Amino acid sequence: MTPRARRRIDRAVSVLAALCAAAVIAPLLMIFGFLLYQGASAVNVDFFTHLPKPVGEPGGGVANAIVGSLIMIGLAGILAVPLGVLGGVYLAESRDRRLPGGVRFLADVLNGVPSIVFGIFAYTIVVIPMRRFSALAGGLALAFIMIPIIVRTAEEMVRLVPNALREAGLGIGLPQWKVTLHVVLPAARAGIVTGVIVAVARVAGETAPLLFTALGNRFWHQGLDQPIAALPLQIYAYAIAPYEDWHRQAWAGALVLITLVFLTSLAARLATRGRTVAR
Amino acid sequence: MADSASLAQEARRTWTPRPATRRRAGRVGDPLFRGLLRAAAWAVVVLAGGLMAALVWESSAAIRAFGFRFVTTSTWDPVAGEFGALPFIYGTLVSSLLALLIAVPLSLGAAIYLSELAPAWVRPPVSFLIEMLAAVPSVVYGLWGIFVLVPWLRDWVQPPLGRWLGVLPLFSGPGYGVGMLAAGLILSIMVLPYITSVAREVLLAVPNAQREAALGLGATGWEAIRVAVLPYGRTGLIGAILLGLGRALGETMAVTMVIGNRPAISASLFAPGYTMASVIANEFTEATSDLYVSALVGVGLLLLVVTIVVNALARLLVWSVGAPAGARE
Repeated sequence: MTPRARRRIDRAVSVLAALCAAAVIAPLLMIFGFLLYQGASAVNVDFFTHLPKPVGEPGGGVANAIVGSLIMIGLAGILAVPLGVLGGVYLAESRDRRLPGGVRFLADVLNGVPSIVFGIFAYTIVVIPMRRFSALAGGLALAFIMIPIIVRTAEEMVRLVPNALREAGLGIGLPQWKVTLHVVLPAARAGIVTGVIVAVARVAGETAPLLFTALGNRFWHQGLDQPIAALPLQIYAYAIAPYEDWHRQAWAGALVLITLVFLTSLAARLATRGRTVAR
Repeated sequence: MADSASLAQEARRTWTPRPATRRRAGRVGDPLFRGLLRAAAWAVVVLAGGLMAALVWESSAAIRAFGFRFVTTSTWDPVAGEFGALPFIYGTLVSSLLALLIAVPLSLGAAIYLSELAPAWVRPPVSFLIEMLAAVPSVVYGLWGIFVLVPWLRDWVQPPLGRWLGVLPLFSGPGYGVGMLAAGLILSIMVLPYITSVAREVLLAVPNAQREAALGLGATGWEAIRVAVLPYGRTGLIGAILLGLGRALGETMAVTMVIGNRPAISASLFAPGYTMASVIANEFTEATSDLYVSALVGVGLLLLVVTIVVNALARLLVWSVGAPAGARE
């Protein structure tokens, strides 16, 4: 091959690779564009403050679904954040030989488990014994999804805390647990918060595990032991219904959901600017 | 005038904690705190074990009733109490492989561009957009699939494909828009960001000496990538692809919304299909008999085992390349 031909191939490959990168991000722009185009007109104050209307009546909103999502994410957070953070601290700080490696591997494995499988798990341990779908079951399913994510990000963030800080704490005579609580955790706080935000952004859009745990509800929430609405569930219900008006509501709901998810992801990114972010 | 030696001595006396104090402060607190941390770590183990145990327990009725026939027969008839999961296994595999077929070349190209070729100012924003793509909820992809992708396939893609390539069984039959092709396409879009970002990290972990050696011998940029960078990162890249496969296998909502949901095995990509995840999503709340629920949990167990195997393999491969400290951007 002549040097000219080799250079030409080199340039062609560069262009091709750039086109691939463009092709990877094209769907994002396409989908976001469609959401704006189809959904923006249906997003108004009513959409955030009203209950869904029955078929045929115009207007109505998804206020109950937004509240329901917040309740279940809150429930999941109460359970998953302390467990996840403490578990992550253990992985990073423990000098044990065997348990950390096993836990780290299991957390990675759980990160790859389809969310619908966590839904089945929550169904078997909450819905079957209680004999009804509930906010509790939905929240638990989301917590199961959050725990491995938080464990792994918290671990990586605690690992980034310089050893000099720990030694300084131990050097002035603090016991290990005080060093961890008062020196290491505050130093890793921004990163841990990011991990939590990432986990929240991930479960905020989860639909599959809620189909048969939270079930959905067209009214305001009626207690943690009752079926409850959630924004992704509402979008799904609207999308597969045969009514034009509901389709518009689905687009609007998706626009709201994706905006929330993007904003939380963006916040997480800004919080860890310049840091190594755990995947 | 106090000389410096006595000052230092004085300081040591004041500031060095007496061992007795230190021991007392940590005597109760440390073991307690360590116990707390260990309990939290065990929660992960319990979660994994409980997940497996619950699924095995709940599906035991179906496993007892059908045994191995559960995965080899294709009759799914809840009314007659016949449950064979083969159509779902087939649908999951075919839609996922179709997704990889489309996504792998694109995402490897994008990863090569981002790690090797792109100007420095392009990398952060594009990497950021790819992360955003991974954050789009599945149900939003499904919505877009129903109202944009499916009509487009039905009106613009399937008629010409059927006309010119209809003799192949792959593109035969009427095109409804919904079906295996739509599922594969939407899955490919969904796994693109995962494969791209992991592959990018793998390539960034390739030592610079590899590139420099090839370039020093007079290779062009592409030749250096081809002979020095890609072979070095090969196992990691395979790991990245497997990670994408793991995602595709378990993806639920978007696929459920566009695949057509019919438990049949057809050679045509135009035909409606069904996947393991979508049959659970669709039928779980409708399952009336205990055996029906048990069969659906059995499908879930199958899905769990398959995704665990694929993901564990992917992790091992990616780890084996191993990013040295500071290699990530």
